[in-house]
Amino acid sequence: MAHIEYRDALNQAFAEEIERDPNVVLIGEEVAQYDGAYKVTRGLWKKYGDKRVVDTPISEAAFIGMGVGAAMLGLRPVIELMFWSFATVAYDQIVNNAGQIRYMSGGLINCPIVIRGPANGGTNVGATHSHTPENWFAAIPGLKVVSPANGYDAKGLMKTAIRDNDPVLFMENTLLYGEKCEVPEGEYLIPLGLADLKREGGDVSLIAHGRSVNVAMAAAERLASEHGIQADVLDLRSIRPLDQDAILRSVAKTHRVVLVDESKPFCGVSAQISSIIMENAFDELDAPVRRVCTLDAPAIYSPPIEKLQLPTSDRVVGKVLEVCA
Amino acid sequence: MEKTTAKHAKAPVNASLSAEEKIGLLRTMLRIRRFEQTALKFYNAGKMGGFLHVYIGQESIATGTVSVLGEHDHVITAYRDHGHAIACGMGMNECMAELFGKSTGCSKGKGGSMHFFAPDKNFWGGHGIVGGQTPLGLGLAYAVKYKGLRGAALCFLGDGAVNQGCFYESLNMAALFELPVIYVIENNKYSMGTSLERSSVLDRCLAQRAEAFCIDWKQANGEDLYEVRAVTAWALDRAWNQSKPSVIEFDTYRYYGHSVADSKHKGGYRLEEEIERYKREHDPLRLFKATLIADKTITEEQYEAMDADAKNEAAASAKFADESPLPEPSDIFSDVYFEVDRQTEAGRTGRHFFND
Repeated sequence: MAHIEYRDALNQAFAEEIERDPNVVLIGEEVAQYDGAYKVTRGLWKKYGDKRVVDTPISEAAFIGMGVGAAMLGLRPVIELMFWSFATVAYDQIVNNAGQIRYMSGGLINCPIVIRGPANGGTNVGATHSHTPENWFAAIPGLKVVSPANGYDAKGLMKTAIRDNDPVLFMENTLLYGEKCEVPEGEYLIPLGLADLKREGGDVSLIAHGRSVNVAMAAAERLASEHGIQADVLDLRSIRPLDQDAILRSVAKTHRVVLVDESKPFCGVSAQISSIIMENAFDELDAPVRRVCTLDAPAIYSPPIEKLQLPTSDRVVGKVLEVCA
Repeated sequence: MEKTTAKHAKAPVNASLSAEEKIGLLRTMLRIRRFEQTALKFYNAGKMGGFLHVYIGQESIATGTVSVLGEHDHVITAYRDHGHAIACGMGMNECMAELFGKSTGCSKGKGGSMHFFAPDKNFWGGHGIVGGQTPLGLGLAYAVKYKGLRGAALCFLGDGAVNQGCFYESLNMAALFELPVIYVIENNKYSMGTSLERSSVLDRCLAQRAEAFCIDWKQANGEDLYEVRAVTAWALDRAWNQSKPSVIEFDTYRYYGHSVADSKHKGGYRLEEEIERYKREHDPLRLFKATLIADKTITEEQYEAMDADAKNEAAASAKFADESPLPEPSDIFSDVYFEVDRQTEAGRTGRHFFND
């Protein structure tokens, strides 16, 4: 087991899948000769060549649509968006073409595509580059949305996503790319739709995905050491499909819930989770479900202030103290 | 007109046609027209919902282009897709049933008029968003080349779609990657109610815009079936043998509105006389029939019999559609996710649908 960065865990997933399946091709801006804007595809072009790792012009609509067309004919394109924020110029291709083609063809056509890249705030790049669009796309039946919190999960989920026969939108995080964890070098797969209990505790459930899991973990440590409160930290890992059973299990155990979510609050992922808990576990609750989301305004640039706009462990601790009062 | 037809009749791709093949081409055009006239009748009788974009007047383009394709060539088009579907070999029954919203439709009643598909016949739809299919056509060509096959993707679009941005992104990538995609602009002169002159800056024609991307192009007369075949063969040769993209613009005309629900198409944004002139002087079906009668390939009687067959086939398809069952309400949830439909381990893991 190697102690490696999140980006290199993804890199291993690509290399293994390129070698396993001749139909896997990486496509995107700067993914080949530049080694990836965030070095996620580092070395792959050199190793696998022009056919398997392909640089594109800055034309997200065309290269994502191209990937959808190629997937219809049996390729398994893995398309990088340098930022998920750029999906806005390719929205039609993702939503209408990748997302609806199977349905509208009555199941005659599949679209085994992965669209991936970072989707996060917190890097002081302004509102246009800081979107967290999990909820934009998870709202579309036909699409799947995944958001891993660490390198181990990222590798196992990416390999599964590439083998999945439906379109999977894989949302990474530039602030996590450099974080290290233990990642096996060989083959392992993590199913979509399976959450992971990252920490066990009986007093409150913190439910999160992506980097918000780290925020929740930090808050859980403080709650334990400063307040004697033990928190479950449930990492959803995949938004759609969603591990509803794991959510309800944790709620039935702790009876108190704080959702930590880098989405904006209005119709954010946590709004859906909250609704599911209310519909399915109302009688289990000893307090209203609370949420810690990104503050509801466009992403501010000012670096020290942007930190406060995202979910913080301070805010999580505050909400937990409210529900445990 | 006679002169150009004669010239293109001598093109190798046409000179080699047997009498039977020529009759087959005429039959395909006739079947498209009778299918759509029948569909129109039942649309007006309230048997269908939504839109119905009729192709009548343009049949020579789908028929001619598709007729020269080979095993590894693929077709994708926009929402005016009935003609391409039938030209690709789809049956009237599954097409009509789709219009009626029935479970026996080609998309099980989930797609409708704009969304016909038959991947087993290399027909990839049927796409509703104007220009949205142009990157998909690029992708079909990409996959053909990736797999090392000698083939092409024929991607149709209208004169209105040329003003969508993703078309130009696609042209750039087609040239940059040397992809065997052929963009076929069917210029019927109106993007819904806006004439060509009011929507597009023009020098010579729309296809000329390909020059900006160093792509060879041709403008051709879409009403002449032989010319359509000859020009498509030119582009296919480039795709098959040089892996080069091409752009073709066919001049054509639709007799009906943008969709059936287009109240201003007659006497609004265009004059009734204009429609009548096209029907009289430029009808592709009438012109090709005249050609085949003149060269004694068929007789008037044979044509009448073929026409009766096409009408009967269309009427039978309407009967089939009418008598077919509707989808079940539970069918709303099938064909969304492959993994769920097949109940694979992935399809059984996690919640995929979020109904209350």
